[in-house]
Amino acid sequence: MRHIISLLMENEAGALSRVAGLFSARGYNIESLTVAPTEDPSLSRMTLVTRGSESVIEQITKQLNKLVDVVKLADISDGTHIERELMMVKVQATTNDQREECKRIIDIFQGRIIDVTDKSYVMELTGDGDKLDAFIKTIDQSSILEVVRSGATGIARGSKSLRV
Amino acid sequence: MKLSGADILVQFMEDEGVEFIFGYPGGAALHIYDAIFRQEKVRHILVRHEQGAIHAADGYARATGKPGVALVTSGPGATNAVTGIATAFMDSIPMVIITAQVPTAFIGSDAFQEVDSVGITRPCVKHNFLVKDVNDLAMTMKKAFYIATTGRPGPVVVDVPKNITDPGHKIPYTYPESVSMRSYQPIVKGLPGQIEKAVELIASAKRPMIYSGGGVVLSEASIEFTEFVQKLGFPVTNTLMGLGAYPATDKQFIGMLGMHGTYEANLGMHECDVLIAVGARFDDRVTGEVKEFCPHARIIHIDIDPASISKNVRVDVPIVGDIKQVMTDLNQGLRASKKQPDKKALEKWWKQIDTWREKDCLRYDRNSALIKPQFVVEKLYEVTGGDAFVTSDVGQHQMFAAQFYKFDKPRRWINSGGLGTMGFGLPAALGVQLAYPDAPVACITGEASIQMCIQELSTAKQHDLPVKIICLNNRYMGMVRQWQEFFYESRYSHSYVDALPDFVKLAESYGHVGMRIEKPEDVESALKEAFAMKDKLVFMDFVTDQTENVYPMIVAGKGHHEMQERELA
Repeated sequence: MRHIISLLMENEAGALSRVAGLFSARGYNIESLTVAPTEDPSLSRMTLVTRGSESVIEQITKQLNKLVDVVKLADISDGTHIERELMMVKVQATTNDQREECKRIIDIFQGRIIDVTDKSYVMELTGDGDKLDAFIKTIDQSSILEVVRSGATGIARGSKSLRV
Repeated sequence: MKLSGADILVQFMEDEGVEFIFGYPGGAALHIYDAIFRQEKVRHILVRHEQGAIHAADGYARATGKPGVALVTSGPGATNAVTGIATAFMDSIPMVIITAQVPTAFIGSDAFQEVDSVGITRPCVKHNFLVKDVNDLAMTMKKAFYIATTGRPGPVVVDVPKNITDPGHKIPYTYPESVSMRSYQPIVKGLPGQIEKAVELIASAKRPMIYSGGGVVLSEASIEFTEFVQKLGFPVTNTLMGLGAYPATDKQFIGMLGMHGTYEANLGMHECDVLIAVGARFDDRVTGEVKEFCPHARIIHIDIDPASISKNVRVDVPIVGDIKQVMTDLNQGLRASKKQPDKKALEKWWKQIDTWREKDCLRYDRNSALIKPQFVVEKLYEVTGGDAFVTSDVGQHQMFAAQFYKFDKPRRWINSGGLGTMGFGLPAALGVQLAYPDAPVACITGEASIQMCIQELSTAKQHDLPVKIICLNNRYMGMVRQWQEFFYESRYSHSYVDALPDFVKLAESYGHVGMRIEKPEDVESALKEAFAMKDKLVFMDFVTDQTENVYPMIVAGKGHHEMQERELA
């Protein structure tokens, strides 16, 4: 099962490597990992996407909780939640047809074109992983110059919140 | 009071109540060593190798329950310490290790004796710190001691760059009396609902077993635990790390369990219907094949570390909390409960256990013309009245010590259980002897293990530490040889110990007493003679039977009911 684990951790040097080290030392999977400071600069919020059986996920959350730098943790995929990932795609866009097609598809996916040159477009799209995958499949594969994805972040729906 | 970083470190140690710092100087640690030189409150014990410093501090911590403290220099000082740190980590021993570091301006430049100590030690510490500002030094040290000694204890490394200890830079210092951390709040009390569930499950038991580990020792819960066991009248087995938490001479004690545990303990585990695991972590050397583990039992697991619960074996009633507190609450719960375990069923269960006991699974050939290692441990037990501190190295001698020295008190049996570090025994014994200068301290070792930290014989001389080294010399790495005999058709690949030194002369060259004992009839008198030399380190080289194996044995992949036993004519 795929799980999204959100962590609040002390914004200390080395905190990220403690988490990454834990996953490699204990042989857990990491599908993606994102981290940035929160509105409180002493705290970072990390989102980890991992896969494993129930007992493996239980161990992962316990081991993460055990890290001294981890203040709070929630498996947000336990409840209803919103998952988002940012993707930017640079495509070749030289002919009128190519440019029209890009514009049409990115509109359908509710993304935006954020950089334009005479040879290329950069398109921006957010959504869950499936949506981003679908977008990549839809566009002309041979036109893709570069794809960058942020990895998933997420938040629980409703008033439930992960805070100190 | 304005102090330099180096003086703050040493003053902090004094304020924190540290008696001994085990260490070895070097470039990046020189300011700190100068501060140590200029005071008399905290005693520095100079070792001969950093690994020895960590093991000695570890032995001190295991024997006293107080945190062990060590100080090493940057680079090789830190890397030499890693084995010791990992040893303490695996056995949850409270320690604070200061690693000196190159100045902050040089970090990352591949400077002389620079190594990423925080990075290297990260997987084998409870936590570690790099001090980047001298103003943070005292509070970081306080946090280090707090983290090391609370919750599930463990080693904490504090990496201190040389410029942080600069004698020219003085700042105000006050001892931080307390510390609180939002990200670290260990659980002490078990949930009352869980304790109630445990009381109920205990009352339903017909064939109960209590299995306890190092957690009972670490939590100083021996008295509460013993009360618990004796009130219930249940059989109790200890792990290698738990020996001494329950008196081994008591009739309810059925021996150690696991790979080299007793027949009665392992079969008791296999047949029990309720298992009460206390401060133990279901290690693979204890469980054997997990699929075969306690197939009939519902399991109560009491542990301070939530991550230990259901890690290797699924449990039915987990209780997370400090063992001492949980035992107190459980004892109270049992007193208040109307339901009591079925007395008749328990009697029947004990009868079954007694028939297993009759097998006398630890028996060995007492008429041998060669010295049997078990015989030496038995005699050591008699000569010391069962009241010595016993450290050990790793291998057959460790198992013989665990099987044959009947520990009645906690903190008397000091060995590297989790990591299995050869070389641990001698330096650990030095730490124990410093803590208890007048107590008999024996290091049970082998001729292979002892050579891994033999240089500490010099430390023992310098600091007058009269430990007694019981070297069970079979000219083999005994446990490796045993496995090769069993699983590799007796191809003894590199398990023989060739070109051995003359240990008697070696001991004498360090200024100690050496003895070589070759006949069974000389064992007792030699031990008596050695222990009568109260102010001398005596190295006793016992020439033992080369072919002796440790029995019973559960081989890998087998369950508790599939033990191999010794066959005696």
